[in-house]
Amino acid sequence: MATATAPRTADDEAYQRTFDAAVAADERIEPRDWMPDAYRATLVRQIAQHAHSEIIGMQPEANWITRAPSLRRKAILMAKVQDEAGHGLYLYSAAETLGVGRDELLDKLHSGRQKYSSIFNYPTLTWADVGAIGWLVDGAAITNQVPLCRCSYGPYARAMVRVCKEESFHQRQGYELLLALSRGTPGQHAMAQDAVDRWWWPSLMMFGPPDDESAHSAQSTAWKIKRHSNDELRQRFVDICVPQAKSLGLTLPDPDLRWNEERGHHDFGPIDWTEFKEVIKGNGPCNEERITQRRRAHDEGAWVREAAAAHAAKHSGTAAAHTGGRTEKEVGQA
Amino acid sequence: MTATVPVTAALALGDDALVLSHRLGEWMGHAPVLEEEVALANIALDLLGQARVLLSMAGDEDELAYLREERAFSNLQLVEQPNGDFAHTIARQLYFSTYQHLLYAELAAGDGPFAALAAKAVKETAYHRDHAEQWTLRLGDGTDLSHQRMRTACTALWRFTGEMFQPVEGLGTDLGALRTGWLEAVGAVLRRAGLPVPEGAQSGAWTAGAGRQGLHTEPFGRMLAEMQHLHRSHPGASW
Repeated sequence: MATATAPRTADDEAYQRTFDAAVAADERIEPRDWMPDAYRATLVRQIAQHAHSEIIGMQPEANWITRAPSLRRKAILMAKVQDEAGHGLYLYSAAETLGVGRDELLDKLHSGRQKYSSIFNYPTLTWADVGAIGWLVDGAAITNQVPLCRCSYGPYARAMVRVCKEESFHQRQGYELLLALSRGTPGQHAMAQDAVDRWWWPSLMMFGPPDDESAHSAQSTAWKIKRHSNDELRQRFVDICVPQAKSLGLTLPDPDLRWNEERGHHDFGPIDWTEFKEVIKGNGPCNEERITQRRRAHDEGAWVREAAAAHAAKHSGTAAAHTGGRTEKEVGQA
Repeated sequence: MTATVPVTAALALGDDALVLSHRLGEWMGHAPVLEEEVALANIALDLLGQARVLLSMAGDEDELAYLREERAFSNLQLVEQPNGDFAHTIARQLYFSTYQHLLYAELAAGDGPFAALAAKAVKETAYHRDHAEQWTLRLGDGTDLSHQRMRTACTALWRFTGEMFQPVEGLGTDLGALRTGWLEAVGAVLRRAGLPVPEGAQSGAWTAGAGRQGLHTEPFGRMLAEMQHLHRSHPGASW
């Protein structure tokens, strides 16, 4: 990536004006368009973090695939975790359009130089956690991601359209799973309530720090990468969840939660930002396990990727000498 | 259940699909490359779909999956084998998908009770077989290490392959032709991959029977314990 310190030329000034005008007019910036280095870097950081969150996020749910309590639930859960791998693929591809390859990004994830959503550092202790993740975590993710479908960077916006469609299925299956538990035996109902009690506050933290402490918000908003503030989105999410919790027959673990007629929104209690910061720093319940499993899968798979690359190189007339980025069809034709 | 449903055969095929789907599901979050997370999950989902249709022909799918004891399962021992390394998983897929594809092609061509299922499944298993063949070629031909691992895996699982050609009540397939077709197809793939066709017996020396008769290997009991635990912990609950 170009350094930010190079002196600006008259051409740069003209490019900058074209870029600014496109953003102002709500046009999409495309991979071959000129863009400021900092815009590119911000997108790479955000898209990479999003992609990493998809693949790390497979772990807490995959934890329950082998124990899913009915074949229908097992099929739904496998399809969901598969979707997450697919989202990872689209998003790494979107990052590639900015000139960064998947291997480089994975390396940064594995070495701790890039982050993933902190929510996945919490454990899935019971089957109901699968439902709570769908309802609350995917619900929060959709609230964050729907505005990204209008993000100024074209490939990211387009990837998000598809991701959001699938996420909305994920959210619904989580709600439906919790509903079945809530209406089930007393043991099942208790399991659902316990999961919601544990996932509610971490879900609210998914919107990031309060607006006055958010490091990247102002510039991202100016570039139309970000469309709404953290606190606005958090409020929207709370307002959506309160009636849904009621329909589920479950309570949200916040004694301060109540409708505020004047604001036209629900008030809610203070968020424990100390916990948030600790989990981001690496002190959450599963930070170590998540990254260790990811590194292990990558390291243990190295010989497979090397074999595929060696085979492709020997037959480079008929197949791409590259293990990543194959479609199923291409595998069949290799 | 109508008298025309061949329950023994439905359970045998259904259990094969159920158990292999479960094993493939264990890969999720652990695959060597992101594309394989998607591909292995795809295959697992196809198999689970087949299992649900087949088990429902024989009874209640969840009761059959979650409340039977180990000795009541009639899947092949091959499909219950632990995943091992990626080469073992691919060797297992090559052996099983080739068998399943040939079997479903024959069933789809007939007008028996499995024809409708087989017509759909034959398309799915064609992809599973292709996936396994392509990876067998890559691993056999790739590096010295991958060649060695694929060779070890093919040899290790060979003794579980003879069971695929034992008669199953109500299946009505030509097992001799199936075995010949399977040996030709698998042999051709292994040769293209530069791998020797294993020479050992296609079944173990212990002749008490095998998976089709409800005799399984030790890892299968542990697999069922994990799979059935939650369902059994809440008797009568709906999910």
